Amino acid sequence: MAFPGGRRALAIVVTLVILMAGGVTWALWPSDPVVKGRDLVISVMDGPADDQRVDLDATFYPPASGGRAPAVLLAHGFGGSKQSMREEAGRLAQQGYAVLTWSARGFGRSTGQIALNSPDYEVKDVRRLVDWLAERPEVRLDAPGDPRVGIAGGSYGGAIALMSAAYDNRVDAIVPQITWYDLADALFPDASGKGPLNGVFKKMWAGIFFSSAAERLAPDGGAGAGGLAGLAGAVTGSGSTTGNATQGDTTQGTTGQGNAGQGSTAQGTSGQDSTAQSNTAQSNTAQSNTAQSPGATAPATPAAGPTASPGGDAAGGLDAGRTPGAEQVQCGRFMPQICEMYQKVAETGRATKEAVDLLRRSSPISVPGRIKVPTLLLQGQRDSLFPLSHADANARAIAATGAPVEVAWFNGGHDGGDGEADWLYDRTTGWFDHYLKGASAGGGDPAVFTVTRDGGRDPGTRRPVLLHATAGRYPGLSGAERTTVTLNGPQQPIANPAGGSPSSISAVPGLGGLLGGNGGGASLALDMPGQAAVFESAPLTKPAQVTGSPTVTIKVYGTGEATLFAKLYDVSGGSLPVLPSSLVSPLRVTASEAGTPVTVTLPAIDRRFDAGHRMRLVVSTTDLGYATPAAPAVYRVALESPTLELPVDAALRTPATGPAWWTWAMPLAAILVAAVLLLTGSVRRRGEAGDDPAADAESAGVPLVISGLGKRYRNGEKAVDGLSFRVEKGQVLGLLGPNGAGKTTTMRMLMGLIHPDEGEIRIFGTRVRPGAPVLSRLGSFVEGPGFLPHLSGRANLELYWQATGRPPQDAHMEEALEIAGLGAALERAVRTYSQGMRQRLAIAQAMLGLPDLLVLDEPTNGLDPPQIAEMRRVLKAYAERGRTVIVSSHLLAEVEQTCTHVVVMHRGRLVSAGPVGDLLGAAPAANGAGPRLEDVFLDLIGESR
Amino acid sequence: MSPAKRPAPDPTGHVPGGGRATPVAVDGSDRRADDLGGRAPGYAPGRTLPLRVEFIRQLRRRRTMAMFGVLLALPWVLVVAFQFGPAGRGQGSLRLSDLATAGGLNFAAFALSVSANFLLVVAVALFCGDTVASEASWSSLRYLLAAPVPRDRLLRQKLVVAMAYSAAAVTVLPLMALLAGTLAFGWNDITVPGTGEVIPAADVLPKFAVVIGYALVSQLVVAAVAFLLSVGTDSPLGAVGGAVGLVIVSSILQAVEALGSLREFLPTFWNSAWLDALAPEPDYSGMVKGVAVSVTYSVVLIALAFRRFRRRDVVS
Repeated sequence: MAFPGGRRALAIVVTLVILMAGGVTWALWPSDPVVKGRDLVISVMDGPADDQRVDLDATFYPPASGGRAPAVLLAHGFGGSKQSMREEAGRLAQQGYAVLTWSARGFGRSTGQIALNSPDYEVKDVRRLVDWLAERPEVRLDAPGDPRVGIAGGSYGGAIALMSAAYDNRVDAIVPQITWYDLADALFPDASGKGPLNGVFKKMWAGIFFSSAAERLAPDGGAGAGGLAGLAGAVTGSGSTTGNATQGDTTQGTTGQGNAGQGSTAQGTSGQDSTAQSNTAQSNTAQSNTAQSPGATAPATPAAGPTASPGGDAAGGLDAGRTPGAEQVQCGRFMPQICEMYQKVAETGRATKEAVDLLRRSSPISVPGRIKVPTLLLQGQRDSLFPLSHADANARAIAATGAPVEVAWFNGGHDGGDGEADWLYDRTTGWFDHYLKGASAGGGDPAVFTVTRDGGRDPGTRRPVLLHATAGRYPGLSGAERTTVTLNGPQQPIANPAGGSPSSISAVPGLGGLLGGNGGGASLALDMPGQAAVFESAPLTKPAQVTGSPTVTIKVYGTGEATLFAKLYDVSGGSLPVLPSSLVSPLRVTASEAGTPVTVTLPAIDRRFDAGHRMRLVVSTTDLGYATPAAPAVYRVALESPTLELPVDAALRTPATGPAWWTWAMPLAAILVAAVLLLTGSVRRRGEAGDDPAADAESAGVPLVISGLGKRYRNGEKAVDGLSFRVEKGQVLGLLGPNGAGKTTTMRMLMGLIHPDEGEIRIFGTRVRPGAPVLSRLGSFVEGPGFLPHLSGRANLELYWQATGRPPQDAHMEEALEIAGLGAALERAVRTYSQGMRQRLAIAQAMLGLPDLLVLDEPTNGLDPPQIAEMRRVLKAYAERGRTVIVSSHLLAEVEQTCTHVVVMHRGRLVSAGPVGDLLGAAPAANGAGPRLEDVFLDLIGESR
Repeated sequence: MSPAKRPAPDPTGHVPGGGRATPVAVDGSDRRADDLGGRAPGYAPGRTLPLRVEFIRQLRRRRTMAMFGVLLALPWVLVVAFQFGPAGRGQGSLRLSDLATAGGLNFAAFALSVSANFLLVVAVALFCGDTVASEASWSSLRYLLAAPVPRDRLLRQKLVVAMAYSAAAVTVLPLMALLAGTLAFGWNDITVPGTGEVIPAADVLPKFAVVIGYALVSQLVVAAVAFLLSVGTDSPLGAVGGAVGLVIVSSILQAVEALGSLREFLPTFWNSAWLDALAPEPDYSGMVKGVAVSVTYSVVLIALAFRRFRRRDVVS
């Protein structure tokens, strides 16, 4: 791109790229949460008799908005600590909430033992925290001692939100995520609906769950932390999606060292406030003994360290530096009775009444009708620990009290998936904005039920996109309506392998995050041959969107108690069968020779089975995640009914978001910009036209008047400077000058190709502008010919004349072709022409239509002597008709013989103008042989020989 | 000038050579002298450079012929290529490429998807980037301007013709693919990629028109960029290459996930949104956005081209 125009276009492109880069930087610039938390220790008394003191390690984030704001308690997941919630807490505080995070008893630097969200321990702790919030000057109160407070948290933290809402009516709204309704059912599920006592022990998850407290004891996390990382990561999934698990672990590992100093300074700063509050707390008799002043207890706590439990709590407390004792390695920071219960059920693989009771005391199932606050249930679709059925049960229980409930199934859970951290955060704050701040819900239909679906691929990156389908009603797992698909398959024998190994694989706890594709498509599902009965449907004729738990009734033949696992695959012709969300339904059934019918509730899923795919029901005897009997056995499995019932919720629709505002605003703005560009672009031209009378009547008969013409090069040097001359009708004017005299530049301005910087050119009285109609009276040949090389000479001339839009009979085509004298070559493509042929064709083109003013630049270049002579004659004859010819040349003899008048230019200026005769007459005869133009010329430009 | 030809009498009666003084010429000269409007008889700015003339000027160019040759041949090359593949390969797979042999419509969709991102871009960039720049490089531009064809009109006529050629290029490929695919694989209902649903051919034909229309609109940006560059340079290859280069840069940028929703405003981001129109439940939102982005860029770029050309000193 050698031209300035190209450079400017390049500049535009570069500017665009720079703007894009700027946008990237702006989008990626990290923004730190401005709100800093204040670390403090809150001492509480709990236990059945309210006599056990626990120091809770907490952080308080005052609202960024100042004043009194609603409070939010953020509870961490199992294996996490208050550190897991730091980022979310900062964001919430930024949005005008007073946020309190704390490490639950038995976690992080808090003392005490894990009681699994027991009403006597963890729930009481939260009530004390609510008391504490009620004293804060930053917290808005509904009544004295009753702060406006919501609780949010995932998994273990979600359960404490539910349980606290049940036991403390001061809680105003909760957002429990990926949590349980019945912990007993979560660990001992039974898809035949006979309850946890009949359930199959979910041994891998249970093992990870219970051992994670022991893991906390290992000085440096230990090698076993891998599986745990999955738990902790998923549990605390409400924070950032990636790196959470590792972050949680490191935090835990390093707390031992860095604590003392940090803790004491934090205490020092908060001590003043706390003392003041302790007075008010004491005046409140009911709470005075439990709501201990943090200031008072502060000095003891950091020194003692997080693991030394004051107040004689039995075995739980443990110094990280010491070798742990037997019970400690076994039970970690669990309470002994919980540890004992776990040891028992894990050994037998069967739930006991006591175990079920104990687990249920920590579950919302034990508090029917007592959770009456607005609840947003966020449950993960990829969750084999707390599957969607738990959120469903919670939703039904809470909705029965009349409290508002919304349910969302997002792409995530304990088995991994996208996590959708930002979306969960937005839903959470939306919920609290509505029910704590009283903000009205943003317009549109309320999304009572939201399901995250695979939205295909991003059109640009082809990466998976998540869509949120919403419905105004939550239909439950049985769906708003049901369709059926017919399964086929004979009765099949399946064997339980001795020792329960090898086993089929569905979900592998803790591995989910590593394997989990975002779309929920990837699965490790594997069935062992001989252990699985297969029943398959015909290819689907139309797609089926299943939302909820499909059910099917099978018959189990044989003897004894059979542990079976039912799963529903999506089978396409090409790729591997997909087990949706890697979920499996375990069931325990007593087989009989007559066949025991059992209705199996398959895992709750949201999945679209595409047309052409098959549904495949597999019933297997083993699954890696569950305890299965060691004794070998053979059962036969058949379909009791070939009908597979599928729940459907047609009301779930991805909102048809109307076109984004910019889809119409941007084109309109662009049209506006375009109009501005075009209008401002023509202002200069208009101005020129304005001071120009359409035609100067006086000079209308004069072919050419140039006055004061000037043009600068880009570097400022003048190519043409103050040029003025006049050409009358009938003249053949020679424009003489050495190279660089400005002849060609003048001719270009004459043709309207370049804009003069000053002065003007008038042709027949009309000022020359680019495209001025008067140019139609001008024929020109400047700086070489210009033809379309792929067309013949004749076609070139014909198309050129057609391009002028003038009547064909005005062209005088034959005369012009005569002048060109190309003969048969006229029909050849121009690219085959010689330089001279092109030159003649170009002159012929200039003469098309016999223009009144003919401008020729070096017309005799490349012509042979006879042609030059002919040209001379042609030009003279042309001017005799009253037309005017301007010829530029540096061939002096040529000008002398052809022209009647001459204009001599040098360095852009006019040197001399007049009839050739005058010019010659004025010059002295040099050597007696009469004046020669050459001498005159050289004399004029000051280079006399 | 040709001595050999000069003596030959002119059959029209106009005397060549020395007898050049024809009555027509004298009359014309007199008439012109009286015309204070200052224009030659029969000249009207609105009649200059008719579209037909510009079409002919471009049509017989080798690169026009070659480009259309490639576009028309490509579907047949693809048909032959698919014949070589082992039969039944990818059966049951629902990828667009594996479904290409399912029928003429599937094949046409496949041909469009493989060519839209580059071949059609090059074709459009060629027709729109070459149009003014090549005139400049042949020097014929200055004679058109001195004819005179007003600058705005010259640009408008060239733009219309270049767009028409581009549209023909974008249209001719899927149509030929439809023909070739139908002859080779039969006139079957379309199998939707991804889901495997079958839509009757009659239902999908109007959608196919939408697809081609969208492919046209999504190439508008390429056309506008090429045209702007064409106005600014006298190197046709520079204009074509510049436009293709911008498309490449945009495609690279749209792969940068970190840009987030900013990518939606990249000119190439929505180029494959037409796939949504072939879904069982067509979703036009992506296409609407694509049209908006495309129109926005092209309107501004074309306005810039006009502005530049008006002010430009034509020195080539």
